[in-house]
Amino acid sequence: MARELRFGVSEKTGWSSLVAIGSALALAACATTGTANAASDDDDAPRYAAATEDEGPFPSTYSAYPGRPTALVGATVFDGAGGMIANGTVLFRDGKVVEVGGSDLSTEGYDVIDGTGKFVTPGIIDIHSHLGDYPTPSVQAHNDGNEATSPTTPEVWAEHSVWPQDPGFSRALANGGITSLQILPGSANLMGGRTVTLKNVPSRTVQGMKFPGAPYGFKMACGENPKRVYGGRGRAPSTRMGNFAYNRQTWLDAIDYANKDDPDRDLAMETLVGVLDGDILVHNHCYRADEMALVMDMAKEMGYRVTAFHHAVEAYKIGDLLRENEVCSAIWADWYGFKMEAYDGILENAALLQQAGACVVIHSDSENDIQRLNQEAAKAQAAGIRMGIDLPDADVISWITLNAAKAMGIDDMTGSLEPGKMADVVLWNGDPLSVYSRPERVWVDGALLYDANDRSRRPVSDFELGQPGEGDVK
Amino acid sequence: MKRLFAVTASALALSAAPVAAQDFVIADATLVTGDGSEPIADGVVMVDDGKVVYAGPRSGAGEFSTDRVLIVDGAYVTPGLFATLTTLGLWDVGAVSESNDQRAGGAPFSAALDTAPIVNPSSQHILVHRAAGVTRAATSTMPSGSIFAGQGAIIDLDGDANPVMRERAFQMVALGEGGARLSGGSRASAHVLLRAALREAQALSGARGTPQTTEIAIDDEVLLGRFDAEALVPVVSGQQPLYVAVERASDIRATLALREDFPRLDMVLVGAGEGWLVADAIAAAGVPVIADALDDLPESFEVLAATQSNIGRMVRAGVKVAISANSGTNPRNINQAAGNLVALNQIPGAAGLSWGQAFAAISSIPASISGYDGQAGVLAPGAMGDVVIWDGDPLEVGSVPTRVFIGGVEQSLESHQSRLRERYRDLDESDLPKAYDW
Repeated sequence: MARELRFGVSEKTGWSSLVAIGSALALAACATTGTANAASDDDDAPRYAAATEDEGPFPSTYSAYPGRPTALVGATVFDGAGGMIANGTVLFRDGKVVEVGGSDLSTEGYDVIDGTGKFVTPGIIDIHSHLGDYPTPSVQAHNDGNEATSPTTPEVWAEHSVWPQDPGFSRALANGGITSLQILPGSANLMGGRTVTLKNVPSRTVQGMKFPGAPYGFKMACGENPKRVYGGRGRAPSTRMGNFAYNRQTWLDAIDYANKDDPDRDLAMETLVGVLDGDILVHNHCYRADEMALVMDMAKEMGYRVTAFHHAVEAYKIGDLLRENEVCSAIWADWYGFKMEAYDGILENAALLQQAGACVVIHSDSENDIQRLNQEAAKAQAAGIRMGIDLPDADVISWITLNAAKAMGIDDMTGSLEPGKMADVVLWNGDPLSVYSRPERVWVDGALLYDANDRSRRPVSDFELGQPGEGDVK
Repeated sequence: MKRLFAVTASALALSAAPVAAQDFVIADATLVTGDGSEPIADGVVMVDDGKVVYAGPRSGAGEFSTDRVLIVDGAYVTPGLFATLTTLGLWDVGAVSESNDQRAGGAPFSAALDTAPIVNPSSQHILVHRAAGVTRAATSTMPSGSIFAGQGAIIDLDGDANPVMRERAFQMVALGEGGARLSGGSRASAHVLLRAALREAQALSGARGTPQTTEIAIDDEVLLGRFDAEALVPVVSGQQPLYVAVERASDIRATLALREDFPRLDMVLVGAGEGWLVADAIAAAGVPVIADALDDLPESFEVLAATQSNIGRMVRAGVKVAISANSGTNPRNINQAAGNLVALNQIPGAAGLSWGQAFAAISSIPASISGYDGQAGVLAPGAMGDVVIWDGDPLEVGSVPTRVFIGGVEQSLESHQSRLRERYRDLDESDLPKAYDW
């Protein structure tokens, strides 16, 4: 029956005569084969059919730009996985890391760059960005991050809002060494939609930025925002308990949908089923400790996993629960007080989580702080050290590299400097955990896309051409 | 009993009694005086009766009698940071409107609004920022109902009953995009409203024309009333500085041109995101600037030329520039902003600040713009005894004060945040819930 209904939908578009024929064929096929599952029989294929989720709509068209075989020598190397090598050597060619080791590694066949006194890290990864879907200039016409017309919009995809000409991407690259980032819908809705993971490469299209092979994420939001946005309109949810009721009912609907043999296509439900199947990773905006605990139980009730809580300012109060449930906390170093649920934010959040054995990711949620994730991590580290928590530099670097990659499901491809991984690399002109250091060069998949010493390796978006400050150092 | 601090003394010892003494000596400091100079090794600071009596190399220090000598083993010792322009003391939680006095958009007043009586010295933000080394600040309501923000105050952060050092210390007005929206939708209306208001103030002061005291309103929103016009009398006569929030190069030029009609205006530019494009004109006008350090995105069409080199380029042109503390919810990060401007020196084509210049941009320069030149934000004879001892380079991320003195009085560094940190140092509830751990 589903197929007929699908044609019924198409009929509204004005193809009624063709649809009528198609319907007749489909019905005839059913009658002939005596099975409801006609899709496997070519003769029975519907005349019209959209590409399915499995066929990967809006596929990535990104491929690595050309690069030179490069050897970075003499620098202090943080590998992103907790390792640190003094006077290290990093070799990459054909877009991949070849080898990471000490000064004894042979650099024959590589362009050698002297990194003496400098530092090397994997490309920095921001797990929480709205670049492109809230681009600059921050005018009303660019507010594409919240489909705030319904409390649950699992059907929307952040990638359809991303403006690749957002000048913010270039600042994140040049000042922050950002090579990968996750763009999320905003937090007006309980279920905000799909996220998209991008390589930080300038492109004419968002498809040209999509991280090949990265899983989708799913943005959810707890607490004040959804109940304020919808309660303010006199509709549900207007309370935290309303938030949960709405979420649970939506998950029950998704489970029903998932249990159907041949359901009508439904974009919202397809995303939720992707979560239930474990293919789509849940990134849940949630500030308060007690609410995070409730969300983790809701996930158990409904049979899905929360991959990371974002903005988790009170995560330090439940480090034990987060460790047991294997949920990462993506957090700021020091944001606090701007809203009630951020009142208990403390500088030691990251350090206390690390002490509890829970997963820490430092995120930005800001077109400005994304340029300084290294400094944010350093602030959080210093606060922990002051209270006696041991936080080696190499572990702190993992908060903005490998841990982020893990929580985005791309850690087998990037996030650390290991042979075979993408050559996403930053050469810093000093210790990346110091305010005085900046990226000197940034490679994405082995291609040099930023060089502080070469103006021609400074991306300028379409928007900036012919404007005051075009191509300026930013 | 007072002991004698002598520059040659070898038996200096820490005072055991942590009382709020009004006189003390800090020795073996990496001394930052805040005047733009670079740090001094083996520095000495002497504070007596709440004032600095000496700050400089040990070799220049005279004898000083005190019962409190702090040997800091090379730690950085600086003047307290001076934060401008903030809303410290005016709110508890940003999104909790009942607790937030930053904007009075529904009020029938604008320029007449006065920050002084509403500063809460017990605000958590004052405690948090004090613990971050901020000892004094300019604080003000923000433009909301009209282009005029009202009259800001200069405050200290010592938490006593009298936070206000100077009430009605400055007026603020928004021009540019912000002012345009508030005044009816165009920069043109903002300029007319400002000029009309200043003319009315001139008339009220008897300087020119006849007072009309006509209310200017849109629908039921008052943009300028009689009390507002009266509040602008000290502005038009040059007795009270006028802070002009403006970003675009052309808007800065139009602001500087206000002096052609109102020659006594004592202006300060706030924002000036495109200031570097007109830096020479700003310098020639002798108008100081309070600028965001790290804005480098075209957030709006009035900051298309934004760059982190904005401040460095203005300073090179001779403009007096303070680093704004008004970015986000964390004015405590002004030292991080300053450090970033030092980092720019390593980037070809960028204009940064020297370490000493950067520190001055968060201490002596904002103090000077606020009317406390040589009195706050500096360690020099006669200056207020605001002294901060740090656990590292004060411009480095992660560095925090270990001790803070305001007016010679040592301050608590505790806050809601420090109490939460201590409660959740562990998650052990085997004996009692966390609620009993305090």
